[in-house]
Amino acid sequence: MAETTTEQTQVTALPRTNVRYADASLLRTNFADTVVEISEALGEVTVVAKREGLIELMTYLRDEPSLRFNFLSDIGGVDLGEFATPRFAIAYQLYSLEHNHRLRVKVFVDEDDAHMPTMCGVWKTANWLEREIYDMFGVIFDDHPDLRRILMPADYEGYPLRKDFPIKGY
Amino acid sequence: MGLETKLGDVLPDVLTTRLDSLVNWARKSSIWPATFGLACCAIEMMAMTDARNDIARFGAEVFRASPRQADVMIVAGRVSIKMAPVLRRIYDQMPEPKWVISMGVCASAGGVFNNYAIVQGVDKVVPVDIFVPGCPPRPEGLIYAVMKLQEKIERDKVFKEEKAA
Repeated sequence: MAETTTEQTQVTALPRTNVRYADASLLRTNFADTVVEISEALGEVTVVAKREGLIELMTYLRDEPSLRFNFLSDIGGVDLGEFATPRFAIAYQLYSLEHNHRLRVKVFVDEDDAHMPTMCGVWKTANWLEREIYDMFGVIFDDHPDLRRILMPADYEGYPLRKDFPIKGY
Repeated sequence: MGLETKLGDVLPDVLTTRLDSLVNWARKSSIWPATFGLACCAIEMMAMTDARNDIARFGAEVFRASPRQADVMIVAGRVSIKMAPVLRRIYDQMPEPKWVISMGVCASAGGVFNNYAIVQGVDKVVPVDIFVPGCPPRPEGLIYAVMKLQEKIERDKVFKEEKAA
């Protein structure tokens, strides 16, 4: 899938042939105040969104007939370092079983205000995925039905996947 | 333990050593393990029970699902700190005499996982008799560990308390 010119090698799309990313330009018109930017790189489309209005955006992504993202593949947490503002990024990896296309929605979260709205009302599978983010990073999901640790013991102190957490623990 | 030592105080040594050999032979010839396969080492523990490396010929005839019917606990695999209280509870449920074989480097010393989540050696949680290195140890290595445990049981003094030298 790589296009080669005589001067340089430029990869324009991923070599995996069955991975397609959706066209998210509908969001620019409908959710102009929630969406910060829509970018594309290596064939993957990423939507950076704000926390406010996120549930409406996700419900639209799930229900809109041309998008139909009914499968939440994963929620990934990123710690950008203790001196970065914003500190955390939450990435929702969405997949549509009907249209076989994907989308990534990223939300940046400050350390001082590490709260996010829960996606459990939109996709049931967000329950355990958000529990893992809470366990490893300490981001609290508001209105989550059962927010408690999932990998570490219940009385564990500290958030292991933060960059300032020692690898051997305390 | 109380009745045997009282008998040992009364009976002459020549008799208690004979009884010791008899009891130890019975114990070492039928060490029934409790299933505690946690991770990849469990596969090699299963391989130890197959027809090629038959552990049943050494007396470990059945793996008892209930710890109350087991003699030895083979900790096969990495133990996370969330699993450690469960491990201790299963060990406490085993009746005396009981032994522990720590199988693999993860159970013996944390293995490759020197991090916040894995107990760096199950001897921090339960007393261990035999450590088996390997990732995973070959079934023959685990059989060798069971044989070493049998030698350890042979040296056990049941009817006399060990006097400190």
